[in-house]
Amino acid sequence: MKDQTYLDRESILTPGISKISAKNVNVYYDDVQALKDVSVEIGKNAVTSFIGPSGCGKSTFLRCLNRMNDTIDICKVTGQILLEGEDIYDPKIDPVQLRAKVGMVFQKPNPFPKSVYDNIAYGPKIHGLANTKSDLDEIVEKSLQRAAIWDEVKDRLSSPATGLSGGQQQRICIARAIATSPDILLMDEPCSALDPIATAQVEELIDELRENFCVVIVTHSMQQAARVSQKTAFFHLGSLVEFGDTEKIFTNPNDPRTESYITGRIG
Amino acid sequence: MALTGVFYSLMVLAFLAFFVSRFLTLKTVKGDIRRLHSRPVYYGLNSLFLTVFPAVILLIFWSFAQAILIDGKVKQQIPENFITEDAPLNLIMSEVDRLSEGLKQLVDQGTLSAAKIKNEDSELFGIEDKLESAGVFLSSSISPEVLSASRTKFAMEAFGSSIRNWLAILVSVLGFLWSLKNSTAEFRARNHVERITLFLLGTAATLAIFTSLGIVLSMIFEALRFFGMHPWTDFFFGSTWAPSFSAGSELSILPLLWGTLYISFVALLVSVPIGLYSAIYLSEYASKPIRAIAKPLLEILAGIPTIVYGLFALTTFGPLLRYFFGDGGFLGVEWMSDSRSVITAGVVMGMMLIPFVSSLSDDIINAVPQTLRDGSYGLGATQSETVRKVILPAALPGIIGAILLAASRAIGETMIVVLGAGAVAKFAGNPLEALTTITTRIVSQLTGDLEFDSPETLVAFALGLTLFTITLGLNVLALYIVRKYREQYE
Repeated sequence: MKDQTYLDRESILTPGISKISAKNVNVYYDDVQALKDVSVEIGKNAVTSFIGPSGCGKSTFLRCLNRMNDTIDICKVTGQILLEGEDIYDPKIDPVQLRAKVGMVFQKPNPFPKSVYDNIAYGPKIHGLANTKSDLDEIVEKSLQRAAIWDEVKDRLSSPATGLSGGQQQRICIARAIATSPDILLMDEPCSALDPIATAQVEELIDELRENFCVVIVTHSMQQAARVSQKTAFFHLGSLVEFGDTEKIFTNPNDPRTESYITGRIG
Repeated sequence: MALTGVFYSLMVLAFLAFFVSRFLTLKTVKGDIRRLHSRPVYYGLNSLFLTVFPAVILLIFWSFAQAILIDGKVKQQIPENFITEDAPLNLIMSEVDRLSEGLKQLVDQGTLSAAKIKNEDSELFGIEDKLESAGVFLSSSISPEVLSASRTKFAMEAFGSSIRNWLAILVSVLGFLWSLKNSTAEFRARNHVERITLFLLGTAATLAIFTSLGIVLSMIFEALRFFGMHPWTDFFFGSTWAPSFSAGSELSILPLLWGTLYISFVALLVSVPIGLYSAIYLSEYASKPIRAIAKPLLEILAGIPTIVYGLFALTTFGPLLRYFFGDGGFLGVEWMSDSRSVITAGVVMGMMLIPFVSSLSDDIINAVPQTLRDGSYGLGATQSETVRKVILPAALPGIIGAILLAASRAIGETMIVVLGAGAVAKFAGNPLEALTTITTRIVSQLTGDLEFDSPETLVAFALGLTLFTITLGLNVLALYIVRKYREQYE
């Protein structure tokens, strides 16, 4: 574990650039430890991907970053996660406010059974981001444009979002997350329920989002991690094995376990 | 041979069939089970089924056919001039039934022999005393016509039954022997048993369906008889409910329907908010230990018999209301003259419906996918925002279905309204006044020893049929809505 922290310091930890810094995060589901001593620094304006075999804790760690694990009764988190220097597990922090700042996109497209417009307007409405109807219209339009789906749905904003195709639904969910103007976007295997064409569209979108957001993506596909991310973290059996530039991880990993996973020997 | 004898014989044969065919099959392979197509128990079962079922089916059908045939024959035997206004055919026939039943009892006790009943009239003089000492009571003295009809009936029944019983045993033995032929290693006993099981299950389902069909048909026939005696326009469009057994009854369903709907509405007003909120609490907020305790507690309410709710309405809740709103009561108002009222029955019925609404809504809320909740929480929505804006809208069709089901329960509910609602049939708006419902009137029209031949009694069937149509419609609508909603997420 020590080597790994050392590695982090050397290759990543440049003060002022990291957005999220996690220190010694442990997560337990009842008695089962799902994450062991994870420490990581996630940079601004970059796409960071978490890879690793199933059950390695990458999704669990992602869900720690916006405290979604709070909704699971048996889940216990220890350690420290700083978001721009503020501890998000501080009792002063309201998880509800936090989640508006840290948007999340899920594995399966989960638009609400409402119209496209109401889906996007949901977050701004509950957080009071728009005073007038025209403000709200503007937020909706902007979010849909940034999620690269405006042209496809502008004529059917009032039809149900559940009637769109899988790829469109997932981009609607991304637009919905963008609409609350978060700093960070967490994506939990956002393409695993999509076909290759929809995947390509969403990946392209992720690359564009990098300009304005800090994106963290959990993925099963190593190719996807290689395509969209600048930094990659490899998780194995609940520990963070290696974290570094994507290029380095995929070409010249330090840890033999990372190499085994990338070359397909484990996982 | 008596019927019990047949059953014992069938049991013995079944027992034999099972073990003999199992044994024979095992013998053909010299005890090497692996060479059998099926496990030995299936050969035994196949044999057992073939021994028992054809015989039982024969018994059932023969008995029905025999009863119908004999009834027709005996009816023909009663001279036409014997049938009068005071003693119609159906009364005479029930007398005949009772007497032949009595004769059977005497024979069973050994006081009389079957042959004597058949041949010698002389033995039958003074039969009243014999019957009385045997514990059979007849309403009037026995006329020769009734006696001779009973004797015919007794003789035919005795004859028919003995043939039936011997035939059943014969069929059973034949089935047994036939099944022994199949005691070979190649015989697919397992598949045969499977097919017989399927047949049994199918029979059970068919019986259930035919029973409901029979109920509906009998209701329709009796209701048609009613509409033959009473104008349907008065029933459906009249405005007064005033049955009088002398003449000139006004029998309109509308005032009763008003009372029914009013009380059901009050019941829903109580049960829907409480039931729905408790469902939301239990499924979204309650922690596991609380849920584990609260849910069964709530469901205890569903296990209380409705008559107990009725008693509660009559003896506790009604008087309590009256204490507040009644004559010289706590509030000094005189709004309530009787402890029975729309509110009394409605509120108590609402209590009864709470677990119904809550457990249905709970299922429906739980069926809303977790991903929708995650999506909402992920956007920074609070729990109550998620419930209000995502979960309830998504579950709404299902919840409406649950409410409709509760409404149909409320409309068909009987005991609570019989005890709590009162008996006044009118169009009244004051919820503290007594009103009456369709079910209450059905009960009161049929209480007592009545003949079903006047419009005042037959109206019960028309009322019942209307009620059935309403609740069936509501149920179908509710199930349609619930099912349509469920499909969305599967």
